[in-house]
Amino acid sequence: MNILSEAAVEKALDKKMNDVSYKMIGQDVSVYYGDKRALYDVNLNVRENTVTALIGPSGCGKSTFLRTLNRMNDTIDGCRVTGRIALDGDDIYDPSIDVVELRARVGMVFQKPNPFPKSIYENVAYGPRIHGLARTRAEMDAIVEKSLQRAGLWNEVKDRLQESGTGLSGGQQQRLCIARAVAVSPEVILMDEPCSALDPIATARVEELIHELRANFTIVIVTHSMQQAARVSQRTAMFHLGQLVEENDTDKIFTNPDDQRTQDYIMGRFG
Amino acid sequence: MSISLLLLLVAAIGVTGYVGGNRRAQALAGGRLSSLHSRPGYYGSLVAIWALLPAIAVLLVWIVASPVYIGSTIRSGFPEAVQAEPQATQNLNYNMVGAIARGLKLLTPEERATISADAAAARALLSSKGVPLAADPAPYMVEAAQNLDRMTTTSRMIVTVLVLAAALAGAVVAYRSVAPRLRARNRVEGVMLAGLVGASSIAILTTIGIVASMLTEAVHFFSMVPAWEFFFGTVWDPRFAAAGATDSSGQFGLIPLLAGTLYIGFVAMLVAVPVGLFAAIYMAEYASSHFRSVAKPLIEVLAGIPTIVYGFFALASVGPFLRDISAQLNGLATGSYASFIQAQSVLTAGFVMGIMLIPYVSSLSDDIITAVPRALRDGSLGLGATRSETIKRVVLPAALPGIVGALLMTASRAIGETMIVVLAAGVAARMQLNPFEPMTTVTVKIVNQLTGDLEFTSPQTLVAFALGITLFFITLCLNIYALYIVRKYREQYE
Repeated sequence: MNILSEAAVEKALDKKMNDVSYKMIGQDVSVYYGDKRALYDVNLNVRENTVTALIGPSGCGKSTFLRTLNRMNDTIDGCRVTGRIALDGDDIYDPSIDVVELRARVGMVFQKPNPFPKSIYENVAYGPRIHGLARTRAEMDAIVEKSLQRAGLWNEVKDRLQESGTGLSGGQQQRLCIARAVAVSPEVILMDEPCSALDPIATARVEELIHELRANFTIVIVTHSMQQAARVSQRTAMFHLGQLVEENDTDKIFTNPDDQRTQDYIMGRFG
Repeated sequence: MSISLLLLLVAAIGVTGYVGGNRRAQALAGGRLSSLHSRPGYYGSLVAIWALLPAIAVLLVWIVASPVYIGSTIRSGFPEAVQAEPQATQNLNYNMVGAIARGLKLLTPEERATISADAAAARALLSSKGVPLAADPAPYMVEAAQNLDRMTTTSRMIVTVLVLAAALAGAVVAYRSVAPRLRARNRVEGVMLAGLVGASSIAILTTIGIVASMLTEAVHFFSMVPAWEFFFGTVWDPRFAAAGATDSSGQFGLIPLLAGTLYIGFVAMLVAVPVGLFAAIYMAEYASSHFRSVAKPLIEVLAGIPTIVYGFFALASVGPFLRDISAQLNGLATGSYASFIQAQSVLTAGFVMGIMLIPYVSSLSDDIITAVPRALRDGSLGLGATRSETIKRVVLPAALPGIVGALLMTASRAIGETMIVVLAAGVAARMQLNPFEPMTTVTVKIVNQLTGDLEFTSPQTLVAFALGITLFFITLCLNIYALYIVRKYREQYE
């Protein structure tokens, strides 16, 4: 009997889902910008303490999906999201959810380093200060130091914490932004092409950092670089024209993808 | 031939030149336009330019030079006794000659003969033709007028011929030069470039001219009144200038005027800055694009209202309202219904000027807040900051240098504002701190000193130029500093 009944398939899938723990669940997620539809019924789950890479050609909707995970799309005029996205089982688009609180739990690092025009210290202390995470100056100092250490930036900047964050090099700025996101102690960190504006050496440092962060955080990263996805992620999701093509273990995707489109994209035939 | 008709003829030659040049280029190309260096239109334009420019140059030279030449010739024909008179009297005489000469054109030959025989009859005869004379002309004047009339007519004829000749010659030369390899496009663009350079240098030269004229008069003033008395004097009491009096008995202290200017400007900024800034924050950060597209032009309409209208508003509505309400308040508090706010006061002028300044503050600040990169907002929102936290802690600090620059520019407008303070601030040059009393400003005093029947060489009048140049330097410094700040801030993001 190698033909399973539908119920048996369901059951097998349920079992599989129970084996791994999903930090975030996306069901039938569609996104519209005005009349234009950018995402078509995407079903994609994000595993806990795992790096999930979103790949695909430009305009395929991978950044759009990423931004739905902490409702950053809310800031765009005319953007509408349908479907269900849950964080630890709670629908994040539910009216009872406070978007500010959500973003403290799901942090974000952007494509271009965007440090605030403030000192390095103030950049990192910004989030904790807003959320009241430190009661004393000493506690704040400790948070700043720990965050900068986690972002691998502490040794480079510990003697010039009061200098402006915009005076750092591009790679340092991006690690500062990661430190800033880490400082709020989020559960999930979203990264939107975090290395696209960096040189290869700075990119290597950030990738190393992503590896280390995985121990404490769940990470979703959008990347244009196939090699980067292969290097840093355990799971990879391939998007094309607003649809999720396939999602699987990174090794599987890069060696033996199920879908021809994934194969073609990885081989560089389009995109 | 009148000048307008002449210009029309020149224009006609230009148009013909354009058509001709165009046709000739096409004929030379023989159907293969690509064998021409430029498109035929450029050849046409080149011919037209060659027809127009020399002709207009000749005309301009004539307009400037001919009155000077004719004037000096006629004057040198005046009798010796007249030439010995002061310059002012001679000018009057020459003006009279000019008036008679204009009148002569209206007369018949017989009437002309009468006048040259009897100069005294000229006044009555000319005024019957609608040319009034100030006095009975002397006989030499009629003679000079006839000379003038003759010379003017001749010079007109000469210029007509010259201009038409220049236009035709230019057109013909350019027409004959049309050849496939002629770089007509480059030449036409060269002329256009010269035109653009000319336009911008006119703007710059005018500014320099204004400053220079103010400076010369101010220097004249400072030769009569010591500079330190002007800049550090605390009493403003210019007195009246008696005709012909040379001594300056008045006191020209700048300080009370400057104090009033700054005080009223301060009150205005107190009104304009919070309102304008909050409006800008709402417009830039909260308002939907639909609301913004309606509300922003509406706010900017305020900037288009002439300041004299704000002046009315202050004089007729705000001033009396403040006066009456202060009387009521006083009555409630003390039982005596005496108003403690005067209708013309620092408060009235400052408040209305503040309303005038709101659109400047809001529109400039709005542009600056909108220029803060979206990435910074996203960074803050992505960390779980609320919108207002993002504005307070990220957007405004980032925009602050630019906003300060905008406020400085607004302040320089407040200092230079005239009509509102003329109507609403009062004319009393006093130094005091009560905002309910009238004070006066530099601009009000400039208006006061320059209106009325005044002798132009007295310090009472010339002080206006010293005030003007002082005001100009204050606003100039503010504007330069503001531009410096704004520019420095822009570099951060580009």
